[in-house]
Amino acid sequence: MITPGRQFVTFIRKEFAHVLRDRKTLLILFGLPIIQIVIFGFALSNEVKNARILVIDNARDDVSREIVGKLAASRYFDLEEKKFSHEELEQTFREGKINLAVVFPAGFGSDLIHFNRAQVQVIADASDPNTANTLTNYLTSIVLDYRPAGAGAQPPPLAIGTQVRMLYNPQLKGAHNFVPGVMALVLMLVCVMMTSISIVREKELGTMEVLLVSPFNPVLVVLSKAVPYLILSLVNVTSIVLLSVFVLDLPVKGSVFLLFAESTLFIITSLALGLFISVRANTQQTAMLASMMGMLLPTLLFSGFMFPIENMPVALQVISNVVPAKWYYLIVKAIMIKGLGFSSIWKETLILSGITLFFLTISFKKFKIRLE
Amino acid sequence: MRIIRFLLEKEFRQIFRNKVLLTIILFVPVVQLLILPLAANYEVKNINLAIVNHDHSTYAQRLIEKIASSGYFRLTGVDQSFRKSLEAIESERADLVLEIPHDFEKDLVRENRQTLFVAVNAINGMKAGLGAAYLHTIIRDYNRELIAFRAGSTSTGGSPVIDVVASNWYNPYMSYRLFMVPGILAILVTMIAGYMSALNIVKEKETGTIEQINVTPIYKHHFIIGKLIPFWILGLVVFTLGLGVGWLAYGVVPVGSLALLYFFLAAYLLAVLGFGLLISTYAETQQQAMFISFFFVMIFILMSGLFTSIDSMPPWAQVISRLNPVTYCIQVMRMVVLKGSGLREVAPHLGAVVIFAIVLNTWAIVNYKKTT
Amino acid sequence: MEAVISTENLTKRFGDFIAVDHITFEVSRAEIFGFLGANGAGKTTAMRMLIGLSKPSSGKASVAGFDVYRETEDIKKNIGYMSQKFSLYEDLTVAENIRFFGGIYGLSGKILREKSDLLIDQLGLQSETKKLVGALPLGWKQKLAFSVAVLHEPKIVFLDEPTGGVDPLTRRQFWEMIYAATLRGMTVFVTTHYMDEAEYCNRLSIMVDGRIEALGSPADLRTKYNASSMDEVFYKLARGAERSAG
Repeated sequence: MITPGRQFVTFIRKEFAHVLRDRKTLLILFGLPIIQIVIFGFALSNEVKNARILVIDNARDDVSREIVGKLAASRYFDLEEKKFSHEELEQTFREGKINLAVVFPAGFGSDLIHFNRAQVQVIADASDPNTANTLTNYLTSIVLDYRPAGAGAQPPPLAIGTQVRMLYNPQLKGAHNFVPGVMALVLMLVCVMMTSISIVREKELGTMEVLLVSPFNPVLVVLSKAVPYLILSLVNVTSIVLLSVFVLDLPVKGSVFLLFAESTLFIITSLALGLFISVRANTQQTAMLASMMGMLLPTLLFSGFMFPIENMPVALQVISNVVPAKWYYLIVKAIMIKGLGFSSIWKETLILSGITLFFLTISFKKFKIRLE
Repeated sequence: MRIIRFLLEKEFRQIFRNKVLLTIILFVPVVQLLILPLAANYEVKNINLAIVNHDHSTYAQRLIEKIASSGYFRLTGVDQSFRKSLEAIESERADLVLEIPHDFEKDLVRENRQTLFVAVNAINGMKAGLGAAYLHTIIRDYNRELIAFRAGSTSTGGSPVIDVVASNWYNPYMSYRLFMVPGILAILVTMIAGYMSALNIVKEKETGTIEQINVTPIYKHHFIIGKLIPFWILGLVVFTLGLGVGWLAYGVVPVGSLALLYFFLAAYLLAVLGFGLLISTYAETQQQAMFISFFFVMIFILMSGLFTSIDSMPPWAQVISRLNPVTYCIQVMRMVVLKGSGLREVAPHLGAVVIFAIVLNTWAIVNYKKTT
Repeated sequence: MEAVISTENLTKRFGDFIAVDHITFEVSRAEIFGFLGANGAGKTTAMRMLIGLSKPSSGKASVAGFDVYRETEDIKKNIGYMSQKFSLYEDLTVAENIRFFGGIYGLSGKILREKSDLLIDQLGLQSETKKLVGALPLGWKQKLAFSVAVLHEPKIVFLDEPTGGVDPLTRRQFWEMIYAATLRGMTVFVTTHYMDEAEYCNRLSIMVDGRIEALGSPADLRTKYNASSMDEVFYKLARGAERSAG
C-alpha cells in the first residue's frame, strides 16, 4: 500500500522532471537574479554623475575664469564651454545635449569688485527635477564657496562646520537599496508565476481532471507543484546572497540563518499567492497576465525598493501595506544591511505570516469547492 | 497583397473575439498610467529629521526654527539622547539626525568656530545625498545670517557675495509626474506590444494551426507582416488612450508636435513588434515566450533611463543602453512632450529606431522556417 | 498513369535515429493511396517530407512534378493538407475559416463566395456557419477540415490520421467525401492506423520501423500474406517490429 508520503515524493519527482526539462525557462529563472544584481549593482545609480554642463562666459575676467576652473575640476561634471546665444542655448537644451548651463554676464568680475555683488545665472533642464536640484545645489555651493584669492582675504568671521556620518552605506552605494528588493522581486516572480502557470496548464490540458479523479489526495497533487519552485527559489536566494557578498561587497550583517528562515516564509507566501491565482484562472494566458499585473507590478511599485513609499499619496501607502513584498523588503533590509535581530522584525514577520495563512486558507477553500 | 488582407481579417477577428484579452490590453495600461506616476515619485521631500539638542540657547533655537521652516524636512522630534535618535533611524522613523553639541552658542561666540554632527541613513543614497546637501545649505545660510547679524547690518560684512540665480526650464514646478508620465507611457506601450506579439505566433505553434499555414504557399514575409499590422495598430490605440489619460489625469500636454510623437511611435512600434516576433520564433510554448520576453523587457526598461539616469551609468552600461530601443523612445517622449523638440532634434533617435526595426524584423523573418 | 508522387530511397534521420528508412514508392493520379503503419512507424515523418514541412536527410522525392528539396513552395501551391489536429481556428466561425484558407490559396471575390456556399451546402452546415469551430462536434470539424483542404481543388490532398476518434457512420461519410474528390481527379494520400480503412484504398503501403514492408492493392496483399483481412496482414508484418505505439 503506497503511503501518502511516498505518493508525495513521486509527484514531486514528476514535477521536477517537468521543470528541469524546460531548459529555456530554467535558464531565465536562474539568470534573472544574476542579471538583475549586475544591473542594479553596477549599472544603475541614483547618483548624479557625468552630468553635462555648458558654461557661457560673457565676462572672461579673472574671477569668472577662476570659478570656471573650479567647476571644470569637479569630477561630477563634464564641462564644455561655448559662446552660445540664447537661441543656440535653447536649441542645445532641446537636443538633450546638456543638463545645465552656467552663464556669467559681461562685467561679472568688475561688479564683484566695485559693488561687492554680482550675479551668475544657472539654468537647469528641469525635466528631471532631481538631477536639476542636485546639480543646481552642487554648483551653487561651488560658486558660493569661492573666495577671491589675495583680495584682502580674511578667514570668515564665523564658521559653522558640519561633520556628516553616513550610516550603513558610507559610500552611498546603490546596492544597499536594491539587493533586498531584487530578492523580493525574483522570489515573487518565480513562485507566483511559475506555480500558477504550472497548475493552470494541467487544467488546460485536461490532465488535472485525471489526477483529481485518481485516488491520490488532490491537495498533495497541488502541493507537489509548489515544491520544486520552493527549492529553486532557495537556490536563487543563495545565489543572490553570494553575489551580493562577493561581487557587490555587501555582506550580510545579521544572521544568515534568520535571513533564510524569513526568505522561506516569503517563498511560502508567494507560493500561496500562486495557488490563489491558479484556482481562479482557466487559461495560461490569464494566469500569466494575472501574475504579471496583479502580483509583479504591485511588488515593484509598493515594496518600497524602487520608489519611496512615503512619497506616495496616502491611499497608495495604505495599499502598500497589503503587498507582502513590502514587509519582506523591510525584513531583509533589517537583517542584511542593519544587522538587526529577530526582536526588531517580529512584527513584520507576524504580518507576513498572517498574509500567508490568509491566502492559503482561501485557496484551499476555493479548491475544495471546485472538487465538490 | 490580397493575401495580407485575408490575414488581417483573421487576426482582427481573433483579437476582437477574445474579450478578456481585449479588456486587459486596453484597461490595464489605463490603470497603470493612473497609478504608476503617483507611485513612481523620486522627489525627495518629507525627509525625516531628528534633532538632538544639547544646547538650549537662542542660537540653537534659531537654527532649529530655520530648519523646520525650510520645507525640506519633517521634524520627528527634538531629543536629549543621541541614542534615542539613532534608534529612530534604525526603525525607519528618521532619515537624518542632527546633533547640536553642548555650549554651541557659547563656543561660537567665544571662538568663532563650532561643529555640528549629522548622522544619515545612507541606504537610500539619493535621499541621503540630497538630505545632507539641504541641511548643509540651511546651515550655511544660517552661518551668513549670523555673520550679518553680528556685523549689525544687512550688508555682507565685507566679503563679496555672488547671487546665484537659478532657473528651471521646461518644468518650472519641478513636477516629478511631468517627468515620469511620458516615460511610463512609453514602457506601457512597449510591454503590451512586446508581450502580445511574442505570445501570438507561439499560440499558433501550440495549437498546431501554424502547420496548416506552413503548408500553404504563403510567403514568409506576408505572414509576418500579417502578424505585425494588427498589433501595430493596437499599439497606436493604446498610446492614444495613454495620451488621453495623461492629459485628463495629470494635465500633461505635449509641448511639441503630436504628429511627430505619432510618427516616431509608429517606427518604434515596428521595432518592438519585431523583437516580440523574434522571440516567438525561438519559443516553443507560451510560457517560454512570456518568460523570455519578460526577461528582456525588464532589462530594457531598467537600462532605458526611465528610473535612473543614463549619464550616471558606467561606460559599459551606457553602451548597452544605446543598443536598447526603449532608451530612444523614452528620450524622444520626454524631449517632445516636455521641451517641444522637433524633427531635427529627434532625427538621430528616429534613425536608430528604424535600424532596430529593420534588423529585428529581418532576423525574425529569416528565422521563421516553414520547412524544418 | 503519370506518377503524381514518387520517392526513391527517401530517408530522414534524427541524429542516430532513422525515422524513415529508404522508402521507395509511387502514387498515380486520382489514386487513393493509403500509408499504413503502427504509431511510431514513421508515417507522419514521411508525409511531412512530401508536403514540404521537413527536409529529407537523403534520397529523392517529387510531388506534383516538383522536387521536395528545392521546390517546396511550388509543391505547396498544388496540394491540400489536413493535419492530425485538424488545424482549423477554433476561435473563428465556420464561414470565417473557409474564407481565410480559401483566401490564402488565392481564391477571392466571387469565386471564393461561390465555393464557400457550395461547401456549406454540401456539408449541410447552413445553420452553423456563424458558429465557432471550437463549438462543433468532432465529426463536423473533420469534414469541415477536409473540405477546407480541398477548397482550392489541389492536385493532391494529404490527410494525416483524419478519422481519429469519431463514430463509424461519420467515418463512412468522410470516406465518401474522399471518393468524391478522386472522381474530380484529385489524388488522395492518407495515413491511418485503422486497418479497415485500408480496404477503401486503391493501393497502400505498410510501414514498419521506418521501412516499407508491403506495397500493393489490398487484394494483392491479402493474397500475398495469406490473410483474410488487412488486420491480419498488418499483424503478420508488425509482429517483428521493434518500434511500436508510443
